[in-house]
Amino acid sequence: MAVSLGPNASSAGRRRADLVFQAVALVVLAVALGALAVLVATVWRDGAHRLTWQFLTSFPSRRAESAGIYHAIVGSLYVIVLTAVMALPVGVAAATYLEEYGGRSRLARFIELNIANLAAVPSIIYGLLGLGLFVRTMAMGRSVLAGAATLALLALPVVILSTREALRTVPSSIREGSYALGATKWQTIWYQVLPMAVPGILTGLILALSRAIGETAPLITIGALTYIPFAPDSVWSAFTVLPIQIFNWVSRPQAAFKDNAAAGILVLLALLLTMNAIAIVLRDRYQRKGRP
Amino acid sequence: MTTDVRPLPPTLSTIVRAGAQAAETAPVKIDVRDLNFYYGQKRALDGISMAIHANRVTAFIGPSGCGKSTFLRTLNRMNDIIPGARVEGAVRIDDHDAYGSGVDVVSLRRQVGMVFQKSNPFPKSIFENVAYGLRINNLTRSKAEMAERVEESLRAAAIWDEVKDRLHESALALSGGQQQRLCIARALAIRPDILLMDEPASALDPIATQRIEELVYDLKKAYTIVIVTHNMQQAARVSDYTAFFWLGRLVEYGRTDRIFTAPAEKLTEDYVTGRCG
Repeated sequence: MAVSLGPNASSAGRRRADLVFQAVALVVLAVALGALAVLVATVWRDGAHRLTWQFLTSFPSRRAESAGIYHAIVGSLYVIVLTAVMALPVGVAAATYLEEYGGRSRLARFIELNIANLAAVPSIIYGLLGLGLFVRTMAMGRSVLAGAATLALLALPVVILSTREALRTVPSSIREGSYALGATKWQTIWYQVLPMAVPGILTGLILALSRAIGETAPLITIGALTYIPFAPDSVWSAFTVLPIQIFNWVSRPQAAFKDNAAAGILVLLALLLTMNAIAIVLRDRYQRKGRP
Repeated sequence: MTTDVRPLPPTLSTIVRAGAQAAETAPVKIDVRDLNFYYGQKRALDGISMAIHANRVTAFIGPSGCGKSTFLRTLNRMNDIIPGARVEGAVRIDDHDAYGSGVDVVSLRRQVGMVFQKSNPFPKSIFENVAYGLRINNLTRSKAEMAERVEESLRAAAIWDEVKDRLHESALALSGGQQQRLCIARALAIRPDILLMDEPASALDPIATQRIEELVYDLKKAYTIVIVTHNMQQAARVSDYTAFFWLGRLVEYGRTDRIFTAPAEKLTEDYVTGRCG
């Protein structure tokens, strides 16, 4: 049969379906992006004029125009760094155990199922757990440490699940190569498997921390203050974080405070984007490592 | 698969023939008795018994799925990491039971090195790839000694001249043939007694293959080499002994020239002449 390159009945129909699908996908994407753009634009319109050096370096005040967000920025940074420091080693260790040592045992499968469930538990439940466990039983008080520990619990399931995924993507040829040189299981994991899994682990950590930095409910539950006139200076300090400060301003009746809230949202967004950017740079550097 | 066994290159064939006529003086390095191997319920190896001689090259040939790679991997217990794998019978290396209760698998693998079908350099520098085995086994006392051992290994694997100016570049930038020789250098660095090679040249072009074959020929002075290959010309070129596997059984085992010129079994003859498999 001769080759024919022109359109025919069957290909025309399939092409039409293809076009329709493309159009639908484009519309859905436009709606999602449009909503986001409107949101950011509205916040920008209300808040941009409050984004001054004074706003970034001042403490809260009864007068909206002299109120600032310094204490909340420092509080958020404290909490998020401590959260990462706690969630990363514990999460990676747990995932390594489950993936490399737990194998297909009944216990490992039971734990895995529960971790997947934990990832879906509402954050306020973690707040209640943090209140009972860290604030009261372990007597940490309403400190930065208790807040970070609570958020670390919240972040753990995501870190564990993404680390397991990352460990699974390490090719078995690398493990075998290491074993064949007389490496123990631990040496193989520590020197070969984990380094190759770093990009995936970092991606999971970014996701988890991005969620944690926006959390309000669990921190209010454990007693983070909505009004404090100082920035935390140690892990035992009382503290507040950006979302709580924003929530506080939104709930005030005066319109001027609403503008402060909008500016606070912009600061939170900037912080989040910076965090993600740093993580992406780190991830790329690790992905390139060892590659030509 | 080609049907004829091409004439051996003059130098190699002369040596192979000469070696074959002399009585075997080399001691037995690996002694396998009645080895059965199971993947779960499936029996992959059935009653294998053979003696592999020291400082000789022994080739395993046979069609895909005949168990030759599985058998190779029982010799350094690489199959241990496969869930559901089970071994019966005995593998004695220098008269020690490799599957005995007191055996340290890690130490066994240090002495029975392995090169894989697909080159698997670590995503690190060339130097680090070779140094890794030395590091994890604490084999060197100083940086200078480590650098020395790395160079010695790279030279032994005939890749030193190609990489000496870029030791700290990524191993993944090397060509396929270079990567495989790097993997051989990596295996040699920890000075094993035995070197297992699982189709080390199957993914390489003819020139790179030839270099690996020359290397195998050189290395047998110092090592006992067991090589799995799909390529019968390769088996004929590099090996002193050849074992023919078929459906998990060892059909015939003997000196390479006899296996290829006067096989005792009909099945072997059919396979080496290309009538089956």
